Amino acid sequence: MGRQRQLILTIAAAVVAVAIGVVLSYVIHWFPVQASTQAHNTDRLFHVLVDASIPIFVLVVTVVLYCAWQFRMKPGEELKDGPPIHGNTRLEVVWTTIPAVILLALVSYSFVILHDNEKKPAREIHVGVTGQQFAWSFQYPPSVTGGAPVESDQLYLPEGESVQFALHSKDVIHAFWIPAFRLQEDVVPGITVKYRATPDRLGTYPIVCNLLCGLGHSLMRATVHVVPRAQFQQWLKSHAGATVAGGSSSGATTSTTAAAAG
Amino acid sequence: MAARLRAPGFYRAGWMMAFGVAFATGLTWVVRMSTGHSTFKHFIDGEAILTVSLIAVPLLFLVGIGGFDYWFYWAAGRKTRAEDHSSHGARSWKDYFRINTDHKVIGVQYTVSSFFFLLVGGLIAMLMRAELAAPGAQFVDANTYNGLFSVHASLLIFLFVIPVFAGLGNFVIPLMIGAPDMAFPRLNALSFWLLPVAGALMLGSFFAPGGAFADGWTAYAPLSTNAPVGQTFFALGVQFAGASSIMTALNFLVTIITMRAPGMSFFRMPLLVWANFATSLLVVIATPFIAASQFFVLLDRALGFNFFNAAKGGDVLMYQHVFWFYSHPAVYIMMLPGFGIISEVLAVKARKPIFGYRMMAFSLLAIVALGFTVWAHHMFTSGMASWIRIPMAVTTAIIAVPTGIKIFSWLATLWRGVLHLDTAMLFALGFLTTFTLGGISGVMLAMIPFDIHVSATYFIVAHIHYVLFGGSLMTIFAGVYYWFPKMTGRMYDERLGKWHFWTTFVLFNLTFGPMHILGLQGMPRRVEDYASKFADLNLFISIASFALGLSTLIFLYNMVTSWRGGPIAASNPWRGMTLEWQVSSPPPIFNFDKLPTVVGGPYEYGVPGAVHGTFAPTPTPATVGAGSGVARAPSE
Ligand SMILES: [Cu+2]
Ligand SMILES: [Cu+2]
Repeated sequence: MGRQRQLILTIAAAVVAVAIGVVLSYVIHWFPVQASTQAHNTDRLFHVLVDASIPIFVLVVTVVLYCAWQFRMKPGEELKDGPPIHGNTRLEVVWTTIPAVILLALVSYSFVILHDNEKKPAREIHVGVTGQQFAWSFQYPPSVTGGAPVESDQLYLPEGESVQFALHSKDVIHAFWIPAFRLQEDVVPGITVKYRATPDRLGTYPIVCNLLCGLGHSLMRATVHVVPRAQFQQWLKSHAGATVAGGSSSGATTSTTAAAAG
Repeated sequence: MAARLRAPGFYRAGWMMAFGVAFATGLTWVVRMSTGHSTFKHFIDGEAILTVSLIAVPLLFLVGIGGFDYWFYWAAGRKTRAEDHSSHGARSWKDYFRINTDHKVIGVQYTVSSFFFLLVGGLIAMLMRAELAAPGAQFVDANTYNGLFSVHASLLIFLFVIPVFAGLGNFVIPLMIGAPDMAFPRLNALSFWLLPVAGALMLGSFFAPGGAFADGWTAYAPLSTNAPVGQTFFALGVQFAGASSIMTALNFLVTIITMRAPGMSFFRMPLLVWANFATSLLVVIATPFIAASQFFVLLDRALGFNFFNAAKGGDVLMYQHVFWFYSHPAVYIMMLPGFGIISEVLAVKARKPIFGYRMMAFSLLAIVALGFTVWAHHMFTSGMASWIRIPMAVTTAIIAVPTGIKIFSWLATLWRGVLHLDTAMLFALGFLTTFTLGGISGVMLAMIPFDIHVSATYFIVAHIHYVLFGGSLMTIFAGVYYWFPKMTGRMYDERLGKWHFWTTFVLFNLTFGPMHILGLQGMPRRVEDYASKFADLNLFISIASFALGLSTLIFLYNMVTSWRGGPIAASNPWRGMTLEWQVSSPPPIFNFDKLPTVVGGPYEYGVPGAVHGTFAPTPTPATVGAGSGVARAPSE
């Protein structure tokens, strides 16, 4: 009677809390703008994860609050004990199996997204990225420029075209992160790390070094410019044969890039 | 005076440490001469002397205070002194400042000194939040800031969370299993004294030329192999802290396996004992890996081994694999003992048996096994072979299952109980909610495309603090309040305790909750300066964190005043069934004046007439039955 009503009330409150949580999860601006096809995928995955998590979190909090409300010791119960329930095998099987299934489903879905984000497109351009304490430089090979290779401390990318970055480090580890693309990889001395992005929104977005690389780490920023193909071509032409000052001598820092921090 | 200088203690340690510096100077001089340096012109190399000193001085300190005396006597063929128990137990506060072989004294030594490092680490965090209150430079430069967060993390991991659990375990485990002490009391004493050494090294790095180690507690090579000499303080500090945890873990394992009271079968052990058993397995298997990783860094730095120098054929990613092969299990080393505490507190304060006791024990072992199969989830963006990510993501998702079993079992334990909502219980309930959030963000991080975006951002900072603060620290507070009467013989102030809980719980969420959003929005961690769009949230976080820091004062005041003048504690104020509550508070010097015999499970609340252990009369061998293996002579 009394307790049953309170239980129904609690369940109703929990359902409302889940609903509010899910609505909020779509209202809150969690992310910077989406500027790559990968960003759309990853944000979708994030929302699936959050929506799966909210009921679980609400369940735990609800049970805790309900128990604290209904089962707290009342005056006169100082020496009372609860019922000696030692377990329930069926219940234990249920709360082992269901989470396992949910987790495997989520991780499988994440693999689908991962595959989508990383699959090789029919056409792609190649851009070299070099990290050094504490600046970025970008190399456009002849296959992209159609002429002499171009090196710049600015990253220009044509909109809607898949690009594969090849990351090199001249000194310690950095991480090449473009939050608007939701993508990053470490820039590791001695190996070449590659990843793909398909920018799909015009604009300029910050590039952030996201692995501690020394004193200037917080200033190791650059900007990516996503531009229409024609403008990209134009920019390449105007930089034909250009190299970054000091870019080839390791250790020398180009101040222009560091100053471009967003 | 001469006798003082020869007797184990701080005087002997003092001159021995001075000798250590002289030894380091001499050794490096001889080596440099023999490798062609001019005898008198360049005989001093500050960094070389410092490096050797950092090994020799701490070791000689430990020799000086008497950490090795007994074994040296034995090794030298001298007559070992008969154990007169003169180093056992504490009669005055001075007995806490010497080599002491009483597990209860060591437990208090461990716990109190760990809390000292919590305060230092917390103050360092305050400094960081002051710097981050606004974009641009406020108080400290980049080098200092990098040193602050590196030392903050290292202190709180290696000198707070890991050792404070070792301290609580040290005090409680022998009592819980009905043993008079740990299996190796001298080793126990030594393992404690390694801690202040490790702490002195890590804090001392602030005075090193070039500043404190500043590459994060992760100390990734090749940044760490080329850093100023402060990095050596970290590489060696980790050795001492790591050796301490290995010794304690071995001690726990042997104690739990061999010293259980008659009738205390494995499946009658309290879950705190199970949790420390599982943790100790993790420690002895995993800790040598971080020791190795830092030895590699040391050899690269001091002797040019080039393990991690890509230009000389070194392998940069290898560092991360070795490092995380320890440092992922370390997450569980810092969590499983807390799981044990929560089980104790919930059963006693909800007046019910733990729901699914066996699954609680098995899930601990499952976490131990699975814990070694997930390390590369810290390396999803490291540039390692991309296929490795797939199995590591699967195991990372699956390891949430045993953790989920524990959460659900605790919730079911609450169901229909009689809940005593005092301070320890509030921290346990708070833990259930905040740790669930930390677990959820952990599962999200197993999803590779999402991890790729937030790896090394403030989302990670939020996650790790939900696990280590919302998880570990909440359990530590629960445990400290729960066993405070047993450890000190006094009761704490319940009202202040509840204030401490509510301020901590609310301000914790206000401090670390918003960090999730900062990370998603694109704020990297480990930066002293950030884009102006993050300014508002950072200011909010800083204010909340200062208040969170202040809330600790309530705890400190409560602990200090209650310890000095709180009401005298009864032997069993919570009406617990486990054995530590069946002896006086604080317990007698050898724990049990009568040997306990265990006759039932540890959490038989609500079972009429049930007891966990009986003391007298001890059952005769005939009633126990032949061959049951419980007829063991009391060692006291
Ligand atoms: Cu960096
Ligand atoms: Cu991990």
